[in-house]
Amino acid sequence: MTIQEIQNEIVDEFAMFDDWMQRYEYMIDLGKSLPLIDENLKKDENLIKGCQSKVWVHGEMENDKLVFTADSDAIITKGIIAILIRAFSNQHPSAIIEANTNFIDKIGLKEHLSPTRANGLVSMIKQLKLYAVAYQTQLN
Amino acid sequence: MLDIQKIRKDFPILHREVNGKPLIYFDNAATSQTPQQVIDCIVDYYSRYNANIHRGVHTLSQEATDAYEEARIKIQQHFNAAKPYEMILTSGTTDSINLVANGFSSLLKKGDEIIVSALEHHSNIVPWQMLCEHTGAILKVIPMFENGKLDMDAYVSLLNENTKLVFCNHVSNALGSINPIEFIIEKAHEVNAAVLIDGAQASPHIKADVQALDVDFYVASAHKICGPTGVGLLYGKEAWLNKLPPYKGGGEMIDQVTFEKTTYAGLPHKFEAGTPNICGVIAFGAALDYMNDIGFEAIASYEHELLEYATEKLLAVGDVTIYGTEDKVAVISFNIGNIHPYDIGTIIDKLGIAVRTGHHCAQPIMDFYKIPGTVRASFSFYNTKEEIDTFIEAIKKAKMMLS
Repeated sequence: MTIQEIQNEIVDEFAMFDDWMQRYEYMIDLGKSLPLIDENLKKDENLIKGCQSKVWVHGEMENDKLVFTADSDAIITKGIIAILIRAFSNQHPSAIIEANTNFIDKIGLKEHLSPTRANGLVSMIKQLKLYAVAYQTQLN
Repeated sequence: MLDIQKIRKDFPILHREVNGKPLIYFDNAATSQTPQQVIDCIVDYYSRYNANIHRGVHTLSQEATDAYEEARIKIQQHFNAAKPYEMILTSGTTDSINLVANGFSSLLKKGDEIIVSALEHHSNIVPWQMLCEHTGAILKVIPMFENGKLDMDAYVSLLNENTKLVFCNHVSNALGSINPIEFIIEKAHEVNAAVLIDGAQASPHIKADVQALDVDFYVASAHKICGPTGVGLLYGKEAWLNKLPPYKGGGEMIDQVTFEKTTYAGLPHKFEAGTPNICGVIAFGAALDYMNDIGFEAIASYEHELLEYATEKLLAVGDVTIYGTEDKVAVISFNIGNIHPYDIGTIIDKLGIAVRTGHHCAQPIMDFYKIPGTVRASFSFYNTKEEIDTFIEAIKKAKMMLS
């Protein structure tokens, strides 16, 4: 699936919920089901600055696809990064670079998009894109 | 007895909704809310007599100058300083601390020692670190115990003839614990060290008497005491303020200027370069009037009641750890199980409740407890037990969702 198709799928899933509690409960579940990251990847280089909770993101190439793994010490943050990983992981770096993030708005997480927001959603997206740019440069 | 419903009518913000729920504001330690009387004072200033002070001969300037200096006297009287000019008006606590740290850079030499407490706001540790780097002085730290109290035996053993300055907060911002500043001041004076007390967190709850404390410097911010942001005070004993050089250069702080030499104005103007926050200072005076009309004893006693009520209810939720348990103002810093404080803060915000989460700019304290942060609920005299009940229900809901 393309990033756009995955994003549409996520938007459809979130549309089923009536209120914020269900949305957050779903995010918490997504956080809990995020595959465990290799402990030695939880190092300072992988830590995203600007979050009140700790978020580690690691990206590496598998064939021509960029695969992300991540973790956080806060469960809601972990849910947010899980959603981002679902949308962006296992894609070609160029697709990740070009992808928009409008779906965040549509799933009711717009409030988390403010750059000053302590959970650092903006920093997370930036970090994913930075990985993509770095690997794309190598591919070129 | 306080008439809380009447008091709440004074605060327009308490009647708004957040996320479709009535706002419950328990982040008073970060900033307090503003009563209509203070808002009116701000509106009145800009509507009637907005002018620059201390220099104009015209009526507006005279009125603004009078109101500004009257506010200084209100602030002086509130903290019981001996002279109005011992109250330097600044942009806030951080500004006041930097003023003192900057002043001491010309008084310290290599090998001198500065003592700070382990309970400091980390932004307040930085000016002393900078001062030490600059002068070669050494920074020493008063350690803390598990219950949030400072180790006074360790403090006494840190003091010696090289100690030049002791810095400690009156009340810890992360835990709400009240520090034994009387003892700290007395012991520091035995070795002729100056003492600077950060009263930012104490000032909404405790009326400090700087003469009774015999403290050398005391600092606080208006916005924690129902006043506006961007205004603070530095109380300094006259003798100390005369010893410190000016902090900022500019208008107002000078006596005579030629290109060869400038002589500085006397106190307090020496430290008040440029156009100050005139409206803010006047509004700070109005805020102190408002608080004093209610009365600090009544405020402290009601807030203590709220603290005890909330502590008991919160502990009943189960799996709750409260940090800082003895001698404190109406602040509860806590965690629930291993749930990240950020998660709790996010969920209860959805329920209209404002608390602070995180390390509260006190990373050394969080390192001490080996936690990423805490949830901090801080109460004010305009909060109610009903709000605490709603808060407890929200905490239960968050705990259920996050466990």
